[in-house]
Amino acid sequence: MGVSGEVLKLEYDIVAEDFSSAGEASSGVKKTMKTLGISPEVIRKVAIAMYEAEINAVIHADGGKAYVTISPEKVEVVIEDRGPGIPNIDQAMQAGWSTAPENIREMGFGAGMGLPNMKRYTDEMFVESTVGVGTKVTLIVYIS
Amino acid sequence: MLKVREIVDILNADVLAGEENMDMEIYSACGADLMSDVMAFVKESVILCTGLVNPQVVRTAEMMDINVICFVRGKVPGEQVIELAKEKGITILATKNPLFIACGKLYQAGLVGKGVWE
Repeated sequence: MGVSGEVLKLEYDIVAEDFSSAGEASSGVKKTMKTLGISPEVIRKVAIAMYEAEINAVIHADGGKAYVTISPEKVEVVIEDRGPGIPNIDQAMQAGWSTAPENIREMGFGAGMGLPNMKRYTDEMFVESTVGVGTKVTLIVYIS
Repeated sequence: MLKVREIVDILNADVLAGEENMDMEIYSACGADLMSDVMAFVKESVILCTGLVNPQVVRTAEMMDINVICFVRGKVPGEQVIELAKEKGITILATKNPLFIACGKLYQAGLVGKGVWE
């Protein structure tokens, strides 16, 4: 952090029209974390977890919004969508469980590793979802 | 450990991006067509061998700090993919070898580094 105690807030639109642009928000956050001098390990954890969440919003929900807060203590990423919601979060958290369509698998995703990977690379993770309303995933990685 | 130039020789690969990185040292390899499986393991100084040729392969490599991608089975990515790789400083190779053979040749040549769960 340039100035101690400083909190940086970033906001991104996750656009779903073009699958090839998925990951641009995560890429931007990764770049910003680098310029802030955050350790490569923390950067990689945040980048992977956020990228998986971003891909999920594109696959399942026609995109969404990403809100990123970087403080000296932690990086917090919130991905919100207005997609179909997750009926059974425990099931969705299981490695290998996927509802992604075949065309997504052909793109290299939909292996059922998205949520498990997010959990693996974060210190805290919260999934809030209401069927028919949308899903909010909060990812926290501590810096120290 | 293998240098990128050795990998190019072993796989008889074309270099589509990153000609300047031929002396880069590679310690482990990952062969997969599912990008989330790639992201489940963390390795250092990795080459990713894959038959997928969409921009998400480059994005995945970017997030994972993977510096070299080798497209297998004779697949050649579109210009958009190569441009994205150049922008991110990622070296792109392309070989006619299928995935299993490409991985086998690299393993035989001494690239035996394993991934770890973080």
